[in-house]
Amino acid sequence: MKFALNDEQEALAESAKRFLQEKAGCEAALQVMETEQGFDEAVWDTMASELGWTALTIPEAYGGYGLGYTDLIPLLEAMGRHMLCSPFFSSICMGANSILEAGTEEQKAKWLPEIAAGTSRATLAFTEAGGTWCADDIQATYTRTDEGFVINGTKHYVLDGHTAHLIIIAARAEGSTGEKGISLFVMDPASQGLSICAIKNLDQTRKQANITLDNTPLALSAQLGGQDLDWSIVQRILDLAGVALSLEQVGCAERCLQTAVDYAKIRTQFNRPIGSFQAIKHKCADMLVLVESARSAAWYAAWSATQSEALADAASQAQSYCSDALYSCAAESIQIHGGIGFTWEHEAHLYFKRAQSSKVLLGTPETHRERIAQMLEL
Amino acid sequence: MDLQFSKEDEAFREEVRTWLEDNLLGEFAQLKGRGGPGDEDELIAERRAWEKRLGEAGWACVAWPKEHGGKSATLNQEVIFNEEYARSKAPGRLGHIGTELLGPTLIHFGNEEQKKRFLPGIVDASELWCQGYSEPNAGSDLANVQTQAVLDGDEWVINGQKIWTSHAHVAQWCFVLCRTDTDAPKHKGISYILVPMNQEGVEYRPIRQMTGNSEFSEVFFTDARTPKENVVGGINAGWKVAMGTLAFERGASTLGQQLAFNSEMDIILEAAKETGASKDPLIRQKLAALKVELNIMRLNSLRTLSHSETNELGREAMINKLYWSNLHRKMGEVAMEILGQESLVRPETEGYDLHKLQRLFLFSRADTIYAGSNQIQRNIIGERALGLPREPKVSTKT
Ligand SMILES: Cc1cc2nc3c(=O)[nH]c(=O)nc-3n(C[C@H](O)[C@H](O)[C@H](O)COP(=O)(O)OP(=O)(O)OC[C@H]3O[C@@H](n4cnc5c(N)ncnc54)[C@H](O)[C@@H]3O)c2cc1C
Repeated sequence: MKFALNDEQEALAESAKRFLQEKAGCEAALQVMETEQGFDEAVWDTMASELGWTALTIPEAYGGYGLGYTDLIPLLEAMGRHMLCSPFFSSICMGANSILEAGTEEQKAKWLPEIAAGTSRATLAFTEAGGTWCADDIQATYTRTDEGFVINGTKHYVLDGHTAHLIIIAARAEGSTGEKGISLFVMDPASQGLSICAIKNLDQTRKQANITLDNTPLALSAQLGGQDLDWSIVQRILDLAGVALSLEQVGCAERCLQTAVDYAKIRTQFNRPIGSFQAIKHKCADMLVLVESARSAAWYAAWSATQSEALADAASQAQSYCSDALYSCAAESIQIHGGIGFTWEHEAHLYFKRAQSSKVLLGTPETHRERIAQMLEL
Repeated sequence: MDLQFSKEDEAFREEVRTWLEDNLLGEFAQLKGRGGPGDEDELIAERRAWEKRLGEAGWACVAWPKEHGGKSATLNQEVIFNEEYARSKAPGRLGHIGTELLGPTLIHFGNEEQKKRFLPGIVDASELWCQGYSEPNAGSDLANVQTQAVLDGDEWVINGQKIWTSHAHVAQWCFVLCRTDTDAPKHKGISYILVPMNQEGVEYRPIRQMTGNSEFSEVFFTDARTPKENVVGGINAGWKVAMGTLAFERGASTLGQQLAFNSEMDIILEAAKETGASKDPLIRQKLAALKVELNIMRLNSLRTLSHSETNELGREAMINKLYWSNLHRKMGEVAMEILGQESLVRPETEGYDLHKLQRLFLFSRADTIYAGSNQIQRNIIGERALGLPREPKVSTKT
């Protein structure tokens, strides 16, 4: 029994820290987030070609390193901590996972190597106007034609949808309902009848786009797995994304705590550091409880990625807890910083906005708790 | 990262489980689920016999060295024992102040004679202990103890008052924090002295708690006596020993406790289904949240365990007490919400008897007070884990 990072993971954490300290961080974020693209192409290239991060969890057969999901812990925590603006999450933790979980051998061999190399970025276009991750909310439809498929519909809130090279669209067989008839299609953003429109986001550090499909034609080979998917596979893809988001949230929350504590040590009022006031000290203590507990939940969820029965429960537990934990920490951090925490130049608002966007991104804490209640057969 | 216990550890688990199954029978069957917090002063004789049975088989203090009556169990095995003990619904440990607090303290700070004299009585439950720390004017500020011990030939003579002393009514011995040098600075003049309860100079008066029963007492020492050699860790060096005991109190057995909470949670979930409250979306949210927090309580402890080789208390270890005490309180509140009007109805018996969930609701108000109140815990976390500055000292001169 060892519920801790191993030596290789600690080393990865160290190298991630070194790289991101230099290349990411809030100053960088404040600049990158003003661009429509939303990330620094040079940083992406280094992450992909020098550091090999994009290849980490992709099996060796498809050009990756074949490491496990727990090996993402140090990376995702560090990315959160240093407020990295990057399509890593959408490409690896959503796009690549979709192909891995749902694709045929042929499809994996075709797309995963370029994703691993970072030359292609993928994303998952799932949610629609309702913004939920329920099967019922998928209204985009596909119909079979002689040569392949035609797809119609509108996808909303697609992470990095405007910069991805491979867009994986969830659509249902015309006339199907509920969890039946759902397929994932991999498509080129330049496809006919497809239009992409970047959204202006509250959280500028994470970009989204809306995508409209108007009689978009697709080849037969674009359908992942060559058939409609069992809903459990779709759910597993979403859960893996949830686990990754939880890990990122832990990193963000830890940073909020750290900056608050650092500030509470040096800021003096009434002739004493504000951190010596219990009203502040106790807030920090409560934040530590949240950070460490969120970490336990997220690590456990990452470990559960290899234990298929446990994943659903663990992912929703982590998502519900980590979302609330990060929100509290980000909010308290602003409070502890006082006026300076309310300024554009200070990083606190980036984490607060990220907390809000993360809380909504893959299902609210309430949605996840309701799912847990169902698993408890309540 | 590996959340599974080893084969050897699982074999140990099997051994514990089998033994508990084979022994929680006959006269002991009635003890299942009894004697927990809030139910501490019930079935004393029967639970004492149970402690003795445990001790004879080496299970009373599994982690102690074999020579002292334990099984030299590893930390993982100790955890497994606690988990299985809770799972079997075996009764609350009547001897826990001896087995969990004094015993480890003696093993760590005591001399050979003291170990020989006192450890066997803890193992076979022939001597039960109570903890004489708190006083009317020394609670969170424990170093303010005023009870005095003065040497008179070969004996200490003790005068003063302790309060909130759990188990004083069943204990044969008390470990008492006494002031032995009134001129020394607050923390430097304290000794840790073992005092027999059955003597003229010691009187206890049970205090009734809000749960209706009396698990703790006031204890008065009036020229009480104990042999000179019953001081642990040296004269005037008691503060360090007292803090050692508190570390055992705060660190040990969280995983067994988590399982005990979990079985309370099962009762709450059952009640929610029975009353139909489980269909209420708000209740569903609260129940799911509790379940998540309970699982995290276990995960936090597993992380603490995984760092045990370093011997240094990790940040996640320092949050445990604050975490579980708050969680337990919430469990009690949600339980009451689920029961609605029915939560107000007590059993049809004499006295102030309570249903299990009512007891949970009321007793959990104490969880955030004893063993370092939530405020004290937050101070500890803020100052030791996060390095925040201490509060400025208030000058005592006016
Ligand atoms: C069920 C139960 C069993 C117990 N069993 C035993 C036992 O067996 N042996 C024993 O010795 N004691 C025992 N105690 C006593 C327990 O250890 C004390 O109650 C505890 O240390 C608090 O002390 P106090 O009651 O004097 O409260 P106080 O210390 O007076 O605290 C009152 C309030 O002030 C707050 N406070 C105090 N200091 C600070 C500070 N520095 N900063 C912020 N807030 C502060 C506290 O958090 C609390 O909210 C038991 C208590 C209970 C409830």
